[in-house]
Amino acid sequence: MSETPVDAEEVEHVAELARVDLADDEVDAFTTQFAEILEYFEALDEVPEVESEADLVNVMRPDEVTDGLDQAEALQNAEETEDGFFKGPRVS
Amino acid sequence: MSLNAFITEAEIDPDADGPLSGQTVAVKDNISTEGVRTTCGSAMLDSYVPPYDATVVERLKDAGATIVGKANMDEFGMGGTTETSAFGAVKNPVNEDHVPGGSSGGSAAAVAAGEADLALGSDTGGSVRNPAAFCGVVGIKPTYGLVSRYGLVAYANSLEQIGPIANTVADAAALLDVISGPDPHDATTRFNASGGGPDDSAAESDADHPATDADYAAAADGDVDGTTIGVITDLLEGADDRVVETFEASLDDLRAQGAETVEVSLDSLEHAVQAYYVIAMSEASSNLARFDGVRYGQSGGYEGNWNDAFARAREEGFGEEVKRRILLGTYALSAGYHDKYYKKAQDARAWVKRDFDEAFEHADVLATPTMPVLPPALGESLDDPLQLYLMDANTVPVNLANLPAISVPAGEADGLPVGLQLIGPKFGEEAIVRAASAAED
Repeated sequence: MSETPVDAEEVEHVAELARVDLADDEVDAFTTQFAEILEYFEALDEVPEVESEADLVNVMRPDEVTDGLDQAEALQNAEETEDGFFKGPRVS
Repeated sequence: MSLNAFITEAEIDPDADGPLSGQTVAVKDNISTEGVRTTCGSAMLDSYVPPYDATVVERLKDAGATIVGKANMDEFGMGGTTETSAFGAVKNPVNEDHVPGGSSGGSAAAVAAGEADLALGSDTGGSVRNPAAFCGVVGIKPTYGLVSRYGLVAYANSLEQIGPIANTVADAAALLDVISGPDPHDATTRFNASGGGPDDSAAESDADHPATDADYAAAADGDVDGTTIGVITDLLEGADDRVVETFEASLDDLRAQGAETVEVSLDSLEHAVQAYYVIAMSEASSNLARFDGVRYGQSGGYEGNWNDAFARAREEGFGEEVKRRILLGTYALSAGYHDKYYKKAQDARAWVKRDFDEAFEHADVLATPTMPVLPPALGESLDDPLQLYLMDANTVPVNLANLPAISVPAGEADGLPVGLQLIGPKFGEEAIVRAASAAED
């Protein structure tokens, strides 16, 4: 990325958007690696606009009721539940 | 010494007798098995137990197969060596100092070592063909839409298919016969394939699914006489000389059996790896947003601002390569960069598809070495992510174009396996199975 170099601040911003905390040494490593990888991606600039035909179309079906997971099954992998609900972090 | 091919050993019994009765199958650990933990090779899902079976698992059980374990893999399928697994690296049974390839490395290693007769992997950018090539076994990446993805934990859903791994082409094809077919739970398996394109008036499309009348195992008849094989010259240029030599010997063998070879060149392939990674990372950043530690996954028990709590849970649960891809995907989709990366990558994808269509006007199947290199030594390649991405040059174009491809052993160089990749036109599985069955010993 010659015109828009990736700096640590930008990596931290993207990490915040993606909801992934990073340790300081991860920020440093990613800053160097992202510069290299994004420079490689730059070559996409040479790709012409290409008309594409979609391979897939919408497929309609009747809206019929079928069995799904029951509440216990849906909740079985949650660390915390309460009264049949998922329980998220407590907001302080 | 154990190869570490399995994350969880389990015995799941068949529900019926069928074509796979008496056969054991290893199932990649990103394919849901009811009541048996499914980790995706990630600490995030260390204790995740699916409440339902993937469609392919139901089909295995109905066909008489016994599932013997959940196979080790690169975390969420993100890697080409199985070294990014949170459950430790897998050894290549052919030479235990080397990687088995990835991301379905446990699946291929289990088959190559005889720990399972057959295996299922998933292939997003080569993850079935790469480990099949590196372990000296057969792997098939089906046409997009041939096999249901219901119950496959998504990494990059527009690119991936579940595919079979086996010791012989006929066995891999027989497993494909079992797992392929339409599934009401996966809309991408439902379409009218009889015409030039999908017919939106055909709601009941089961009869039109290409697997319905196909017999892939029967196609493994070794009859390659009169077949035109297009050699993709662009993908030989960057390959290791020892790989190219083994590949050429395998083409000589096919010519001796009556096949004709022609050279083809696809200009778009120069941009395939970039396009693949932009699209795969973008889809990953979206698909992996669900792992917040609340509904499943490890939460770490943090409190306070929800976004902070999720970010800390995700820092702990995800490994380095997964974080790298989520962040790069988020970047590629973010305001100001979407048109520069994601839109351009979609243009490149359409260009690759068009180039393949043109190539199939001159050849029945296309051939490349499956991997441009020999299996790296364990620990050799993890420090340089870009170099690892470039190792996928020969496999990712197939996923971008939604095409079928098979990797079949071509021989060995320096005692390490080399794979021959044969690529078919859309739903041309029988053609690649036939040609591959002529190429195997």
